[in-house]
Amino acid sequence: MMRFMYVILGIIFGITLFKSEAVSWYRIFEMFLFKSFHMYGIIGSAVAIGIVAVYLIKKRKCKSVSGEQIEVAPKKLSKGNIIGGVIFGLGWGLVGACPGPIYVLIGAGYSFVIIVFVSALVGTWVYSALRDKLPN
Amino acid sequence: MEFLSQPMPWYVAGPIIGLMGPVLLLLANKSFGISSSMRQICACVFPANIPFLKYDWKKDQWNLYFVVGLMIGGFLSVTFLNNTHVISLHPDVLEKLQSYQFEVKGGLVPEEFSTTAFLFSWRGLLMMIGGGFLVGFGARYAGGCTSGHAIMGLSNLQLASLVSVIGFFIGGLIMVHLLLPKLFS
Repeated sequence: MMRFMYVILGIIFGITLFKSEAVSWYRIFEMFLFKSFHMYGIIGSAVAIGIVAVYLIKKRKCKSVSGEQIEVAPKKLSKGNIIGGVIFGLGWGLVGACPGPIYVLIGAGYSFVIIVFVSALVGTWVYSALRDKLPN
Repeated sequence: MEFLSQPMPWYVAGPIIGLMGPVLLLLANKSFGISSSMRQICACVFPANIPFLKYDWKKDQWNLYFVVGLMIGGFLSVTFLNNTHVISLHPDVLEKLQSYQFEVKGGLVPEEFSTTAFLFSWRGLLMMIGGGFLVGFGARYAGGCTSGHAIMGLSNLQLASLVSVIGFFIGGLIMVHLLLPKLFS
């Protein structure tokens, strides 16, 4: 049942990313050229709603449907956030797609994105292998 | 039903995207993030005794179901809800694209990207393989991508996420303003 819900959530998210054109290479290009408010509007309003909702969930000490006490694990600040962040940004600006849109575009039949996806898996694997040797 | 073939405005898309994290918390106490699905696929397919890939990935299977949903969502959109217009871009952006010899027609990415001539040129290979690699490597190094840091992490007011998002933008700006013009001119 839960698995079914995750698929449904993914479908809603996928349709939203597609229909708002957030999966478009053009939109990411335009965003980094500061020529349109569209992507900033999406990210800004998403974060604004998210902040309020997460605050309320934590304040009311909500339990999840699965019965657990909801805890949002803090993210630890490290050098990786900035170094990895810049590396990610270079890729994002180049292929115009972050991981979510990569899946959506493959589903939408943009088969060349499979190359991007496999390369991203290789990138993930290489990072995992080199992890202990990188500044963190 | 006219609106179904129109692009979704930011003020509709943003709130839906912003509620993904909270809904996932309320549903199953899971922290929203998409790039971790790639770590899981690596852990499942080829862990090769790498400590970072030897973890109980089955516990976080939710994101594998989620990304299957993303693909179905992409398929449903293009099949039943496709945006029928040509994407509307700022004139300066169009001019820049023209100088790169990209013609903006239908579709969400330049049509050139799908041609074998482009994909098997050094530019195309550099772009797709190099770009994909950087996305995968960088997301794991930063501990998340646009969903985990920019959406979920910022929603939870995490400094690490703010730093990461600043990094995403520094990288994107360097690429679009300094490197892409070199690649396509």
